[in-house]
Amino acid sequence: MAETFTLNVNGASRRVTVEPETPLLYVLRNDLSLKGARFGCGLGQCGACTVIIDGAAVQSCDVPVSAVGDRAITTIEGISTPGKPHPLQQAFVDEQAAQCGYCATGIIMSAKALLDRDPAADEAAIRAALAKNLCRCGTHNRILRAIRRAQRELQR
Amino acid sequence: MNGGKQQANPGLPGSLETNRRLDRWLKIGRDGTVTIYPGKVEIGQGILTALAQIAAEELDVALERVQVAVASTSHSPDEGTTSGSRSIEESGVALRFAAAEAREILLARAAERLGTTIEQLAVADGVITARSGGSIAYWELAGEDLIAREATAGVKPKSPAEHRIVGQTAKRRDIPAKVAGAPAYVQDLALPGMRYGRVVRPPSYQARLASFDERETRALPGVVAVVRDGSFLGAVAAREEQAIRAARALWRSASWNEASTKLPASGIHAFLLNAPAQDTVISEKVDAKARSRAARSLEATYTRPFIAHASIGPSCAVAQLVDGRYTVWTHSQGIFPLRRDLAKALGVAEERITVIHAEGAGCYGHNGADDAALDAALLARAAPGRPVQVQWMREDEFAWEPYGSAMVVKLGAALDGAGSIVNWRHDVWSHPHSARPGRSGGANLLAGWHLARPLNAAPPRDVPQPAGGSDRNAIPLYDFPNQRVAKHVVTEMPLRVSSLRSLGAHANVFAIESFMDELAAASGVDPLEFRLRHLKDPRARAVIDAAAQAAGWQAGQRGDGVRGRGVGFARYKNLGCYVAVVAEVAVEHEVRVTRAWAAVDAGLVINPGGLVNQIEGGILQAISWTLKEEVRFDRERVTTRSWDDYPILTFAEAPPVEVVLINRPDETAKGAGEGAQGPTAAAIGNALCHALGTRVRDLPITRERVIGAL
Ligand code: FES
Ligand code: FES
Repeated sequence: MAETFTLNVNGASRRVTVEPETPLLYVLRNDLSLKGARFGCGLGQCGACTVIIDGAAVQSCDVPVSAVGDRAITTIEGISTPGKPHPLQQAFVDEQAAQCGYCATGIIMSAKALLDRDPAADEAAIRAALAKNLCRCGTHNRILRAIRRAQRELQR
Repeated sequence: MNGGKQQANPGLPGSLETNRRLDRWLKIGRDGTVTIYPGKVEIGQGILTALAQIAAEELDVALERVQVAVASTSHSPDEGTTSGSRSIEESGVALRFAAAEAREILLARAAERLGTTIEQLAVADGVITARSGGSIAYWELAGEDLIAREATAGVKPKSPAEHRIVGQTAKRRDIPAKVAGAPAYVQDLALPGMRYGRVVRPPSYQARLASFDERETRALPGVVAVVRDGSFLGAVAAREEQAIRAARALWRSASWNEASTKLPASGIHAFLLNAPAQDTVISEKVDAKARSRAARSLEATYTRPFIAHASIGPSCAVAQLVDGRYTVWTHSQGIFPLRRDLAKALGVAEERITVIHAEGAGCYGHNGADDAALDAALLARAAPGRPVQVQWMREDEFAWEPYGSAMVVKLGAALDGAGSIVNWRHDVWSHPHSARPGRSGGANLLAGWHLARPLNAAPPRDVPQPAGGSDRNAIPLYDFPNQRVAKHVVTEMPLRVSSLRSLGAHANVFAIESFMDELAAASGVDPLEFRLRHLKDPRARAVIDAAAQAAGWQAGQRGDGVRGRGVGFARYKNLGCYVAVVAEVAVEHEVRVTRAWAAVDAGLVINPGGLVNQIEGGILQAISWTLKEEVRFDRERVTTRSWDDYPILTFAEAPPVEVVLINRPDETAKGAGEGAQGPTAAAIGNALCHALGTRVRDLPITRERVIGAL
């Protein structure tokens, strides 16, 4: 049976009426039209759907909407302000860190969760933070460069 | 074409030959824009940016003014499929000539209006100015339909020395929106009133649906239709998660007859060697005198498993049926070939189907994109008027996509006393690699084979030489006095197979370049020196030298039991880009590539940044194929179903890659998306052997294989 949930998404309170076991990913994409979290596997294995919940990178395909409660959900759409991309997004453009780009939003969210927690994260920590993100196009090096570039920008 | 080189073929250049109207390729807008209409599509390779550069260059307009129309069967030129690294040669060349001709036509009209001659005119960002004063912009001439005519290709495009936009790195235009999280892919399409569909695939290839019970499914919330046609089974629901639940319920209720076909679970390579095959000798050279110098001979067999495209975004499509007309949004690589097969499967005329391209995740060849389009169309019939989106689940993609073929390559060679190869033999066993939609004699869409009135699969096609399919790059670029190259093509494969990035070149080059190292070792010669000894082509020699230099290659350096270096080289298709790769490996718990260097000659470089991006990506993907990837199956079924079953290269494992470009402005521009696959595989195998003195000839090069070889 569908129930009504009040979610805290990108700082706004959003009401949705869905079945409790609905994966958060589908609520974000289909009810709230936030398509930036992409569907990749639905199994918590690829990271394409990564969002941040209370500071932690989470695979939104793997979280039923009923388990979120009133915790703060941040999606890729919530990290920029109009006309001003987040330094991570800008760095992905500057480094041309995409081929198909399908993996990019999830990776940016994983990286943001890390840099928010540990602004001085070293290379190994960055790579470790991306352990749950897959990129099939082989864009890894550009992505790593972009994250380091954003890190420098954020520390200025 | 470039640098005044003439093509032997007197037809129009590139895809202009088959699409001759200038206004099929570009339109000048009154609003100060130029829209180009390539029939090639973006598959994550950045092609649309390169094509925009070409048009901007020839028209003399700022790159920002050039917009790229979404490919659609309603207005795009039919350029077949976007594959084989041919987009620059086909679409790029057509646009170059079309834009050069359009510019000339606009200038001629401006000369008339300004009362002067073309020679007295100059163009800057679309504004035509006469020496005598007076100017007219392209946009002011837009209303005159000047380019609504046939191309002649009579206007010579700019020479490379005049290029200002081509040859410069242009930033990809699609990246800002993609990283902002904007809807960018077919998966993100949200059309008004859209429904969600899921398909229940059979448990194995030959399984047929015996019975199912739709009552439970129909009672589930949101379910609007259950569709069954033969063994094609699917559900449509108001919400995505409802469609998924409906499909699971259908699956639970269904029983299938799994035929007795037995997959050769442990012996795909033995299967290939024993299956009925068409045998063709594709190259033969005889020099009895050289042969008589043979002092010793070597033989070796190399194999590769089935490899999955394994796109990050599983295949997806949206279809809508309104008044007997279908509209299909798809990430297919070939909207026209797909439409041909959709027409067969749906039993309607092609004119009743509009196929519109929408991007997907990177595909690396023929994956499930086309199949999903038919799935969506079949389910859209059950919800007339409504768009229906079908998203394959991860397990659908792994289990049903057409894989890159398993292959066996047997090589033999004879060396003379001086360490020169005097005889060479190459035999390759493989599927033809190409079973895309759009062929005659059947339809290559998965659901079509499961319908109550099933369609036949069209016979697979082996791309003929010189490009080759199964035998792509089987003919060595080295100069051997005696050689015999034969292909043994097996069309009936136990698993579904079609085009994967580089087709047979991956395994053929892996084999040739591994064997070159084996022969170099047998001759006691440094592998680099050994290659150059047998190679005349100066462009080939130059990339090998450049890669070696970038890597700081030292002749005679020995591996130390942990670390080693190896080189691999090929000219893709023997016609395309030249790529040499040096890989460095460390053998720890697993074999790890710690660094890689590449040198690339793709002729005239259009977008250097884009080219480097493609090569880097190709190398990392090839490292993943080489060290990790293998589609698994047992006697009945494909057992690879998720990323846990099919690990790929991770962020922890990705090594730094350095790419050196050799720009050849006077040579034809070539695509490079596939050029690194074979050289990378061989460089890794050679580096492993350099490190340990042990060779692994079967891909993937896993820990178990290395231990087995020691
Ligand atoms: S889609 Fe969520 S982890 Fe893959
Ligand atoms: S850029 Fe395509 S999957 Fe990462």
